[in-house]
Amino acid sequence: MKTCLLAILLIFSTSVLSQDLLISQATLHVGDGSTVIENTDILITDGRIAKIAPRIPTNKMIRVINAEGRHVTPALFAGLTASGLTDVEAVSESVDSGYRDLFTGLMHPEIDVRKAYNPLTSVIPVTRVEGFGYTLLAASRSDRGVAGTGGLVRFDGGFNGFEGSDVIYIDLSGHAADSFGGSRAAQWQLIEQAFDESQIKDPDDMTLLSIAGAKALATTKSTGVFVFRVNRAADIQRLIRFAERQEIRAVVHGGREAWIVAKQLAQAEIPVVLNALDNLPADFDSLGARLDNAALLHEAGVTVMFSSGETHNARKVRQVAGNAVANGLPHSAGIQSMTSTPADIFGGESRLAAKGAIADLVVWSGDPLDVNSIAEAVVIGGIPDTMTSRQTKLRDRYLPESTELPRSYIKP
Amino acid sequence: MTSKTLTAVLLLASALAQADSPPFPSTYKPLPSEPTLIRNATILTGDGERLENADLYLENGKVAWVGSGDYADGSRIIDATGRWVTPGIIDVHSHLGVYPSPDVDAHSDGNEATAPVTAEVWSEHSVWPQDPGFGRALAGGITTLQILPGSANLFGGRSVTLKNVSAGTYQAMKFPNAPYGLKMACGENPKRVYGRRNSAPSTRMGNVAAYRSSWIKAQRYIEDWNDYERKVAEHEAKAGDSEGNAALAAALNKPPKRDLELETLAGVLKGDIIVHMHCYRADEMVTIMDMADEFGYQVGTFHHGVEAYKIADKLAENGVCGALWADWWGFKMEAYDGIQENIAIVDRPEGGCAIVHSDSDEGIQRLNQEATKAMTRGRAAGLSIPEERAIAWITSNAAKSLGVDAYTGTVAPGMMADVVIWNQNPFSVYAKADQVFIDGAQVYDRLDDALQPLSDFELGQLLEVTP
Repeated sequence: MKTCLLAILLIFSTSVLSQDLLISQATLHVGDGSTVIENTDILITDGRIAKIAPRIPTNKMIRVINAEGRHVTPALFAGLTASGLTDVEAVSESVDSGYRDLFTGLMHPEIDVRKAYNPLTSVIPVTRVEGFGYTLLAASRSDRGVAGTGGLVRFDGGFNGFEGSDVIYIDLSGHAADSFGGSRAAQWQLIEQAFDESQIKDPDDMTLLSIAGAKALATTKSTGVFVFRVNRAADIQRLIRFAERQEIRAVVHGGREAWIVAKQLAQAEIPVVLNALDNLPADFDSLGARLDNAALLHEAGVTVMFSSGETHNARKVRQVAGNAVANGLPHSAGIQSMTSTPADIFGGESRLAAKGAIADLVVWSGDPLDVNSIAEAVVIGGIPDTMTSRQTKLRDRYLPESTELPRSYIKP
Repeated sequence: MTSKTLTAVLLLASALAQADSPPFPSTYKPLPSEPTLIRNATILTGDGERLENADLYLENGKVAWVGSGDYADGSRIIDATGRWVTPGIIDVHSHLGVYPSPDVDAHSDGNEATAPVTAEVWSEHSVWPQDPGFGRALAGGITTLQILPGSANLFGGRSVTLKNVSAGTYQAMKFPNAPYGLKMACGENPKRVYGRRNSAPSTRMGNVAAYRSSWIKAQRYIEDWNDYERKVAEHEAKAGDSEGNAALAAALNKPPKRDLELETLAGVLKGDIIVHMHCYRADEMVTIMDMADEFGYQVGTFHHGVEAYKIADKLAENGVCGALWADWWGFKMEAYDGIQENIAIVDRPEGGCAIVHSDSDEGIQRLNQEATKAMTRGRAAGLSIPEERAIAWITSNAAKSLGVDAYTGTVAPGMMADVVIWNQNPFSVYAKADQVFIDGAQVYDRLDDALQPLSDFELGQLLEVTP
């Protein structure tokens, strides 16, 4: 038995069913960090938000989702994931989120995980039906600390849903230093040398980069973003100076001790992607981990985003944001960081719920950041999602208490 | 009898007597408590009841009454208006202490992954009581937790059940009279760990063959001890009933050599030790229940059971609990079919025993949130799951799984006063444990730093910074 809590009304006409969509009576969270519009209608045409107003008269036969006062947000950001880069984590041939054993001795910033992206993996519908519209494809495994390039991708089911800037991933954790250079000092030396090499003309002078690597680093330096995995305050401080010197756009990923250097991060305009559930001294990089990290950073003026560190269970990042709010982050800032901020930081299309923006929207059963709510309707590009995934089908196969034929004959 | 022989006999008799009293005994003592009246709360009792605007009285470490009754003059009175009370939260699957924070190689003591059968190891001997994770879990309302060995091995070793009190030794945390558990593991982990070393087991059939061989050894071990005890009894009967004769009879019959591995396995076959079995796939769980029938033991709880929803009826029929995650899936092949309704579907049949477990130093801090997710999914699938039912997944059902349901897991007269006062309905991301009581003693207060334990490891770190 499946109860449908939210009716998508299809108003049929014998002639034309317009591709337009009206979401009526919404409590709309714009995603700008403050605005919530009560009892509003949202008209969507050609995959974009055409109008936001209290009562929008429509003269066409169009589909209507009556939100009946429910919360509506832009589709959420799933964090840094390998969505589309993996089917099963322990099945190594299905995992393409990084590289290893290239035996070149070089760093490979040019290896671009987007080339491996598969939008048809079951992982993406599983994530999308939970209210997620996009993610930052992350390169996470490497020989030499530099894991490669990635970027934003939209969960629109297409092969080319990429958006925004090139993003290069560099790991500055103690673990990475241990296997790459053997110390943080050596690691910094190698990274600095690689950045220097990206600026020289003669390939014969390069020892750490290939020609393609130098080009990727140089391009990202001028137009892209570098995501540094780093938790320790002292290392973040070092990164701030490095980013300033290199004139790069840097983002901290991890940032468990970022609150200690919150002022400097705010001043340097370096955003932090964190997991608000990281409150344990998991290693000597994280002795200062605390639950109100996000709140403290926000208060100091640092741009905060969230990532759960998971791909299959990327949907957990909504709980991560909820816990940040439970520990002092303003609710509206939580919504902003889960919707529009990552698009802004990584160069994607605006994801504010505003006229002209892409119509990736979610209707929630309750507070979008609470664990007792679920996504009831997901709209991607103005088209209501079927709200099915491999998991909903397994659920519907096994939900009946008894069946006449074996369950393999039940194909929901 | 020479005096030398007599001495030897008496020594042996005392050694045997020692073997009868359990080693590494609990030294847990409840902390001092005062009679405490909690007023005007919404109480979820843990056994299906929900009481509105209700009172609860804790005295001498126990729940004295729920609802109304007398209380001592000078009792501490806590106004819980607008707040919720639940039994102390129980996590049946934790590796705190054996995989502590910081997660460094020197602390990695949770898996004796050097042989597929290590029933002889006891997780308690790896527990580092200074793990900061215990204090964090307390802030999430955890009052009881089972520390399990890891899942690399078919038989991973004994578990230990702890009360979540801050202490310098695990013995001082050890839940008095809690039965031991035995960690076992199905599927991918054992066959991967040992198969890669080109040793057995490397297949699921290899796994099952090795379990069965071990149970056969344990059966023989029990027979050997039974034979020995029968012979001693016969000698005693022949020689006449006196203390000296009893000791002599024992001395004349050499007992079988103690075997730590087989002692634990025999403990399962005799019903003294509860089996906690890591198992994901539905078909494998059924194989294991058949094996338990073959050897005459009971599987206590399947842990992880990502496919438990496919056999919810069989689990209920066999009286086996499922300790499950709310939403983990996909990290390995046997976790590919995970669904978020798993817990609610396992809970559905008559006799179903669903438990939300963590297996995580993060998840254990907010088991109420994990239960919320599972409850919400069940409701969305059309199942009726009020809060007073869902709370059992992290209280009374968990206590049953650990064999401590006579002591904790429900708020009822005579039970240990293990109680959490929440700032609101605990089924929300915004819920926080305000106060936590263990055996009637307040061991945590969210708003009072003096009642928040800090481990030795954390003391004095980052001295130069304050937020």
